Amino acid sequence: MQTKPEVRTNGEVLVSIRGLKTYYAIRGSFAQRLLGREAGHVKAVDDVTLELRKGEVLGLVGESGSGKTTLGRTLLGLVPATSGSVEFEGREITRMSERELRVLRREMQIVFQDPHASLNPAMTIEQSVGHPLEIHKIGTGAERRRRVAETLETVGLAPPEQFMSKYPSDLSGGQKQRAVIARAIILNPTLLVADEPVSMLDMSVRAKILELMLGLKRELDLTYLYITHDLATAKFFCDRIAILYLGRVVEIGPAEAIYDDPKHPYTKALLRAIPEPDPRRTVPRDLPRGEVPDAARPPLGCSFHPRCPSAFEVCGWESRDLRDLLETRWAHQEEAQYEAERALIDDLTVLDAPSAEARLKAGQGHSAADVVALLERAHEDDPSEPFWTGVRSMRADGGHVDVEWHEPVAPRPLPRAEVTVECHLYDDEALAEAERRRADATTRSG
Amino acid sequence: MSAEPVVSVRDLRVYYGTPRGAVRAVDGVSLDIGAGEVLGLVGESGCGKSTLGRGILGLLPEGAVSDGQVLYDGRNLVGMSVKALRRLRGPDLGLIFQEPMTRLNPLMRIEDHFRETLDQHEPGLTDKEVRKRSLETLGRMGIPPTRYRQYPHEFSGGMRQRIMIALALVLRPKLLIADEPTTALDVIVEAQILSILADLRDNFGTALLLITHNLGIVAEACDRVAVMYAGKIAEEGDARDVFAEPAHPYTRELLRSTISLDTTELHSIPGAPPDLIDPPPACRFHPRCPDAMVVCATKDPVELALDDGRRVLCWLHGPEQAIPAGGTTPLEREEIAVADEA
Repeated sequence: MQTKPEVRTNGEVLVSIRGLKTYYAIRGSFAQRLLGREAGHVKAVDDVTLELRKGEVLGLVGESGSGKTTLGRTLLGLVPATSGSVEFEGREITRMSERELRVLRREMQIVFQDPHASLNPAMTIEQSVGHPLEIHKIGTGAERRRRVAETLETVGLAPPEQFMSKYPSDLSGGQKQRAVIARAIILNPTLLVADEPVSMLDMSVRAKILELMLGLKRELDLTYLYITHDLATAKFFCDRIAILYLGRVVEIGPAEAIYDDPKHPYTKALLRAIPEPDPRRTVPRDLPRGEVPDAARPPLGCSFHPRCPSAFEVCGWESRDLRDLLETRWAHQEEAQYEAERALIDDLTVLDAPSAEARLKAGQGHSAADVVALLERAHEDDPSEPFWTGVRSMRADGGHVDVEWHEPVAPRPLPRAEVTVECHLYDDEALAEAERRRADATTRSG
Repeated sequence: MSAEPVVSVRDLRVYYGTPRGAVRAVDGVSLDIGAGEVLGLVGESGCGKSTLGRGILGLLPEGAVSDGQVLYDGRNLVGMSVKALRRLRGPDLGLIFQEPMTRLNPLMRIEDHFRETLDQHEPGLTDKEVRKRSLETLGRMGIPPTRYRQYPHEFSGGMRQRIMIALALVLRPKLLIADEPTTALDVIVEAQILSILADLRDNFGTALLLITHNLGIVAEACDRVAVMYAGKIAEEGDARDVFAEPAHPYTRELLRSTISLDTTELHSIPGAPPDLIDPPPACRFHPRCPDAMVVCATKDPVELALDDGRRVLCWLHGPEQAIPAGGTTPLEREEIAVADEA
């Protein structure tokens, strides 16, 4: 039975990531490429700064599209960084050549999510697990064989002779993941990046693989970067947690602090969303609406604001939020009522370009005043909707309505006791600015 | 639960033929699901959960044979012709799959998916009625009418799954089987979908069989739970009762191995689910069971009804008169190698 081990870190920094950005270019049309124009980029990792200390398990937690996997791969040099720095034991990785990286990879290994896809089906377990030795030209055939056998035993695939000649298809999911871990540790690395190592496995097997990883960490003095969307396993497994949302670390700190007193509304939402197996403890949840937005067109201001129950004036309200608001309203209306309201506004796509100002055209046969009335009705129907804090003014101008939102303020990392959180709710300046704008809006309307 | 179940499964068996012999994926399962009731079906991979779900709907691959009864509306679906079954699927029986993208046609607008479905099963509807019904169902799933004419790729994963659910619900089926409907989704979206499924019983009165490997989901969304092991139902009863006080050691071990926010100690079940071509004799769980007794390895367990309406397939609960002398002695077992466990 494995209980959570004590943290044994001497505080020495193993990996230091500073202002790291990893952008992927979006492939535009043929003509655009011909003219050398870029169609834009996805900010998969957007200005991340964090440290990985020797001997610790750092959890990188987020939903799909949060950039957690890209961050892990950039750290290993598998994906080129756009800017910023990644230092491994003081050596800068981002500018290394492929040859230099290959040498370094003896010290940094990765375990992927899907054990079925990580092993070559045409290679025996001996060949797969021993492959890194071959690549790095380590040992003779007999030595390699012995090393493979030892490593298989270390990961619990014992007796090794029983597994060496087998193919991945002969193994269960858990056994495959053990073989993948064996391959990752055979070169005796310092750092292991584990990208969702248990999420494709059955509940009954997950504990065994986590146990194995905890054991290996102690035996081999490993440091882990544990990438996951599962806050429950992360709580058990990690010493520190970094919560990622749309390429940014929104909260980071010791696991205990994050779970006992989550600060960022997103962290709170993630924790609330975990299904609780004890029915006596289930609590009604208020879930954030929607999903992680497209990273190619992130929301203005704070990326989480459209889903955030606590967002306010300066969080980045904008045109696309108005469209979402109207559509959500319409989804719950009778068809006739929807048709009537929809007809009031001409073209909704004017709201699709991210902007803190929008000019809505009244629908045919309707006036701008009708549109303003619709928006006011929507506000009255749901006065607590945070979106309305962001609206600075709505003015009818001929056949159009001009909607203006408060200028977004970009959130910044704020150290708060043990954790660092990136949220305006903890930023006195942002709160004061919101206060000023509220006062300003009252003066205007009064 | 209403008096008359929507579907009654009696001694259902589904076997697959393979060169090595028959895989007994579902081996004598009986279940009832009432109107407006959500029954959770849990167990490890390879225990026959999906096969049971498909078996109930008569959706079996070639080479599979089924036997027993699936009573729906006075008829036995087992042995029914493919044509008759197809008529029932949709308006009566619905299925929601795990991966929504593979089930939506990328070249068809959402509108066309709904029109096709409704045309096929309710050909009398006018265009106006089709639109009204579709928008209403989509709206309940939180899909705005403005997006009715869009294509599947224009939606996020969670929205596609909602569209799939809406497509199944637009025909107002009386029985819906959802096979791991949230496994491919993120935790927040998963929770959103679960709250939608939980609303089904209030809004549609649908009987729902929710297949999942996640016990947390069952606790949140289900009225009753059936725990399946190696083709058989090990335990079935009120979800709260079963989770608060599991009667079968398999249920208890599954619950203990689930990692939740309260986990302070890791726990796992030794061994793995058996090969269903040649399962262990007597109780199929006995080789992995910490409470196994001599009788468990020698005699098939008898299904027992407990006081709280639960039924369990385990010798720990008797019947005592059926246990031979010395049968309750703890079973001595060989150590299981670590490798066999995973």
